[in-house]
Amino acid sequence: MRTEARVEDLLRRLAPRILGALVRRYGHFDACEDAVQEALLAAAVQWRDRGVPESPEGWLITVASRRLADQLRSEQARRRREDAVAVMTPPGDAVAPAPGDEPPPERDDTLTLLLLCCHPALSPASQLALTLRAVGGLTTAEIARAFLVPEATMAQRISRAKQSIRDAGARFELPAEPELGERMRVVLHVLYLIFNEGYTASSGTELQRADLTREAIRLTRAVHALLPDDGEVAGMLALMLLTDARRPARSGPDGALIPLAEQDRRRWDAESIREGVALITAALARAPLGPYQLQAAIAAVHAEAERAEDTDWPQIVALYRLLERFGPNPMVTLNVAVAVAMVDGPQAGLELLAPLDADALMARSHRLDAVRAHLLEMAGEHAAARARYRRAARRTTSIPEQRYLEARAARLGGS
Amino acid sequence: MKYVLLIYSSPNAFQALPEEERRALMTEFEALNKELEESGVYVGGEGLADPVNSKTVRVRGGVPAITDGPFAEAKEQLAGYYIVDVENIERATEIALRDPAARLWAIEVRPVMDESGLEM
Repeated sequence: MRTEARVEDLLRRLAPRILGALVRRYGHFDACEDAVQEALLAAAVQWRDRGVPESPEGWLITVASRRLADQLRSEQARRRREDAVAVMTPPGDAVAPAPGDEPPPERDDTLTLLLLCCHPALSPASQLALTLRAVGGLTTAEIARAFLVPEATMAQRISRAKQSIRDAGARFELPAEPELGERMRVVLHVLYLIFNEGYTASSGTELQRADLTREAIRLTRAVHALLPDDGEVAGMLALMLLTDARRPARSGPDGALIPLAEQDRRRWDAESIREGVALITAALARAPLGPYQLQAAIAAVHAEAERAEDTDWPQIVALYRLLERFGPNPMVTLNVAVAVAMVDGPQAGLELLAPLDADALMARSHRLDAVRAHLLEMAGEHAAARARYRRAARRTTSIPEQRYLEARAARLGGS
Repeated sequence: MKYVLLIYSSPNAFQALPEEERRALMTEFEALNKELEESGVYVGGEGLADPVNSKTVRVRGGVPAITDGPFAEAKEQLAGYYIVDVENIERATEIALRDPAARLWAIEVRPVMDESGLEM
C-alpha cells in the first residue's frame, strides 16, 4: 500500500478511539470533535513526510488535547469568563507530554460515539455526515465530495448536527436497555444508508462514492467485533458483503445498470460471498431472527445460485414472507411479487401488486410501474409492459435507471 | 435528494414594488437563505438578470443562429433558482411555501436527476 493510503487507513481506524478518549476525559463532544479533526489533518501531512510516530494514538491524543485546550481557552477569553478556564484546562496541561508519551486509551468508545452521532434528534442526512466524520475519520471535504454537495454545505450540516446534539442534552454514555436496542436500530439504519449511498452510485461518480460502501462495511465490521452475538449486526454486515459482492457485475462499461438476472456471476466477488454466507449462517443458527438477517439470507440465496435460472425462488418467497411479518412494507411486497411470479407465474405476481395502487406513495413511485412492466413482459403483454416501462422511465429521478427502463421499453419494439 | 426551486415572475415585477415592500421582502429572502445555509441544506443558487439581457442560441443543420432576448415571450419568466438537499419533495415544498416569492409569484419544485440507481 502507498504510504499515503496506509496513513489514511490508520487515521480512520484511530479516529473514534481518539475522540472517545478525549470526550471521556474532557466532555464537550463538539469541541473535541473539531480538535480531533484538526489533529487528524495535521497527522495526515506530518506522518506522510516524517513517517508514522511510534505511538500514533498517543501522538494524536496529545495533539488533539492541545488543540482542544487552545480552542476552549480562546473561546473563554472571548467570553471573558477567565475563572472557568481552570476547570476546562486538562490537568497537567502546562507540562503536557511530548506527542507520543500519552498512553493509548484502554476502552473502545466506538459504540458510544456511533450512538451519539445517530442521535434521534438529528435528521438522517446529519446522522450520516456526523458518523462519517466523527466515527469514520473522514474529512469534511471528503464527505462533501461523496454526497456531491459543496464543502460549505457539508460543514454547516456537521456543525448544525453537533449543535442539535448539544441542545438535546445527549450524554456520552451507553444508554440502558430497552433504549439501547432502539438506538442501535437507528445506528444500523444509518450504516445501511451510508452503504447504499455508495452502492447505488453509477460509474460516473464511482471513484468518489465507492469509498462510502467501504466505510460502511468497515464501520459495521467494527460494531460486529464489539457486539459479536448481535444477530442483526451480523445480518447487516452479511447483507452489505453479499450486496457489494455484485458490484463488479452490476453495471456495464458505459455505466448502464445490469439487472440481477443478467449479471455475469463469474464477476461476483467470491471472497465477499464466502464471508457473507458464513456470517449469516452462523447468525441464523443462534441469534433471534430479524429483518436484516432475513435480507442477508435472501441475498445469500441469490449469491449461491451459479446461474440465474438455478435460483431457489420458493426459498426466497418463504424468506420474504417472514420479512413481511416484521412490518408490512410496500417495497417488500414488490419483491414478494417478483419472487412469486418466478414460482407461480406472472399473473400471481401481478395480483399481489394490485393493492399497492391504493398506497398513495407507491402509486406515484416508478418502482411499482417498473415491477408491473417486468411482470407484464413475462406474461407476454408487450404493449402494456412497454407503456409501464415508459411511465416508470418518466418518473424516476435516476439517470441510470431511466436509461435502463427506456432500453427495456425499446426492446419490446412496436410503436 | 436535491431539488431545484425555480422562481417564476413577470419581468420587472420586483422593481415595480414600492421600496418599503422591496426592502421587507429582501430581509425575508435573506433570513430564509441564512437559515437554509446554516442548516446545511442549501446547495447553491442565483438570481437571474432580466431576459432582455439574454441571448438565445440555436444550431440548425450546422448553422448557428444567435438571437437577442428570450426564446419566447412569456408572461412569467424564470427569475432565479436555488438548489436544496433534503429528504423528500414534501420537505422541499415546505421550503418553497415559506419563500416570499411563493406569495407574489410562483415557485416550481423539481427533483434534480441523480447519477445513482438501483439494479432492478
